[in-house]
Amino acid sequence: MVDASNLPASAGAKRPGQLSEFWRYFKENRGAVIGMWVFAAFVAVAVLADLIAPHDPIVQYRDHLLQPPFWVEGGSWEFPLGTDAVGRDMLSRLLHGARFSFYVGVVVVAFAASGGIVIGLLAGFAPKWVDTLIMRVMDIILAFPSLLLALVLVAILGPSLTNAMIAIAIVLQPHYVRLTRASALSERSKDYVTAARVAGASKLRLMFITVLPNCLSPIIVQGALSFSTAILDAAALGFLGMGAQPPTPEWGTMLAEAREFILRAWWVVTFPGLAILVTVLAINLMGDGLRDALDPKLKRS
Amino acid sequence: MSVQTQAPAQAEAAPALVARNLSRWYEVKGGFLGKPRTVKALSEASFTLHAGETLAVVGESGCGKSTLARLVAMIEPPTGGTFEIGGVKAQGEALKRLRTDVQIVFQDPYGSLNPRQRIGSILEEPLLINRPDMPKAERERRARETLALTGLRPEHYDRYPHMFSGGQRQRIAVARALMLDPKVLVLDEPVSALDLSVQSQILNLLIDLQERLNLAYLFISHDLSVVKHMADKVAVMYLGRPVEIGTRDAVFAAPRHPYTRALLSATPKADPRQKRNRIRLEGELPSPLNVPPGCPFAPRCWKAQPICRQERPELSGAPTLAACHFPEA
Repeated sequence: MVDASNLPASAGAKRPGQLSEFWRYFKENRGAVIGMWVFAAFVAVAVLADLIAPHDPIVQYRDHLLQPPFWVEGGSWEFPLGTDAVGRDMLSRLLHGARFSFYVGVVVVAFAASGGIVIGLLAGFAPKWVDTLIMRVMDIILAFPSLLLALVLVAILGPSLTNAMIAIAIVLQPHYVRLTRASALSERSKDYVTAARVAGASKLRLMFITVLPNCLSPIIVQGALSFSTAILDAAALGFLGMGAQPPTPEWGTMLAEAREFILRAWWVVTFPGLAILVTVLAINLMGDGLRDALDPKLKRS
Repeated sequence: MSVQTQAPAQAEAAPALVARNLSRWYEVKGGFLGKPRTVKALSEASFTLHAGETLAVVGESGCGKSTLARLVAMIEPPTGGTFEIGGVKAQGEALKRLRTDVQIVFQDPYGSLNPRQRIGSILEEPLLINRPDMPKAERERRARETLALTGLRPEHYDRYPHMFSGGQRQRIAVARALMLDPKVLVLDEPVSALDLSVQSQILNLLIDLQERLNLAYLFISHDLSVVKHMADKVAVMYLGRPVEIGTRDAVFAAPRHPYTRALLSATPKADPRQKRNRIRLEGELPSPLNVPPGCPFAPRCWKAQPICRQERPELSGAPTLAACHFPEA
C-alpha cells in the first residue's frame, strides 16, 4: 500500500535521473555494495580516528611490551589488539593508520588525475607531433615497473610520506593521460563538439566544458582503482623504509617495524596486513562495481 | 557559372551565400612508404543563394555533399575557391564575424546534442560565447523564445537530451542553430535519421521558420521526395562536382544531365500502376582518389562518346546548367 501510494507521485515528479540509474546498476553487484560500505567505514575511521582511538598512537607504555590481544592469554581490554615492541597500542595505531592511508589515496589520486586529465586533453586536442611526444613520454614511464620507479624517485627526493606520494602520483599519472586522451579523441569527432565549434567555442572551452564531462566515467573508475594502488604502493614504500618514517603509524611502516617479531608476536604483523588487505580489496570491489555501472558497453537494455 | 536569381525583388540585396569554385582536397597517406595521394572530395562548386531561398544539394553517398556543408559552415577551410556570406568574403579576419551568420543542423540528432548539458544551457551556449556581455536573464528569455518558436514546451528548458525523442532532439538542434540569428542555415540531411511521420513535421517547421525569419537554407539530402517538397533550387552532385544546377521545377520536369535523369528515375513512386522507366546504371562510383579524366560520369553513362572521356564538360545551357557534352533537350 505504501509503495502504491508513493509510486505515482515520485514517477510524476521526476523521470529516473542519471544518479538513480547508476545506483540501479551499482547495487546489482553485491561485492561492490559491500566494498562501498567497508570503504565508508574506512573513511569514517580516518576522519574520526582522534575520537575513537583509545590511546595516543605514539605513546609508549613500557610496562606492556608486546602484549597480546585481549582474547589471548595475557591480553587485556586496555589494549584490545595488543601492543607492539615498544608498548604502543595496536588498535590506536591502526585507526590512525587509516587516516594516513586515506590521506595518501586522496592526495595521490587528486594529483595524478588532475595532471593526467590536463595532459590527456592536451594530447587529444594538440597537433599530432605534440600528441606523439606526450604519449611516448607516458610510454616510457609505463615501461618501468611502477614500484621500482617510485622507489627511484623517492631515493632521489629523500624518504618521507610527502615524497612517496609525489612519486606514486607521477607513476600513476600515465594511466589517466591515456584514458583521457582516448575518450577525448572519440568524443572530439562527435557532432555536438562540432556544433560547439560552429557556435564559436574556443579550444579551451571545447576541451574542458564540452568534452571533459563526457570523458569522466572511465576516469572515475580509474580513480577508485588507483586509490587502492596508491595505498598499496605507499604501504610498500613504507615497508621498504622509503615512505612514512617511524613513529608515524602508517600501515606499511608498522609492518616493517614488526618484521623481527613475526614469530614471537603474530599480532604485530597480522593486523596491519589485514587492514591493508581489507581496505584495498574493498576499494577494488567498489571500483569494479563503478566500472560496471558507468561503462555503457556493459549496460543491458 | 552561378545560377542567376529568379527573384528580381531580391536583386538589390547581396545574396546570403555565394560560392565560387569551392574545392576541398584531402591528402591521404598511400600506405607504408607509399606516395601521399589526393582525395578530391569537392571540386569547383559554384552557386548563389538568396535570403528566403532553399538550395538543395543532392547526390549519392560520397559525392561531396557533406564536405560542401562543412565548408560553408566554416568547420573546415576550403583548399580552393572562396565564398561570401551577405556580401562579405569568408576569409581571414572576417571569418570570426561571419561565424554567427552560418549555423548548421546535423543529420544525427542523437550525436549532435551534448548529453551532459541541459537544453537551456545547450541553447544559451552560443550566446554565452558570442555575446559575453548579455545578461543571464536576457539569454534565458531568448532561449525560451526560441524553444517556443521551434514547437517545444517551456518545461523542456530544464531537461537533458536523453529525455527526448529523435524528432524533438532535431527541434532542439534547429533551435540551437537559430540562437545567433544566422542568415544561412546549413541542413546536413536533417531528416534522414528520423521516422517518416516525424520527417514531415520537421520539414514543415523548417519551411515555417524560413518564411518567418527569411533564412537561406543549404539543404543537403539524398531523398528526392524531400527535396521536391523543400527546394527552390537544386544542385545535383556527382563525384565531388555539381553536374546540374537549376530551379527545382526545371530540374525535376526536364533534367538535362544523364546522371540527374538516372537519379530521378530511381525515386519510388506512390502509384504502383504507373509505368516506370527506371534507368539502371552500370558499374560502381569511381573512387574519388582516382577521378577519371574527362567527364567523371562517362564510365557509367549510356550516352558516352570518346570526347566525354577526354574533355571535362563545363556547366552550361538553359533552362538548367548541366555539365554534359550531350545534354538532353
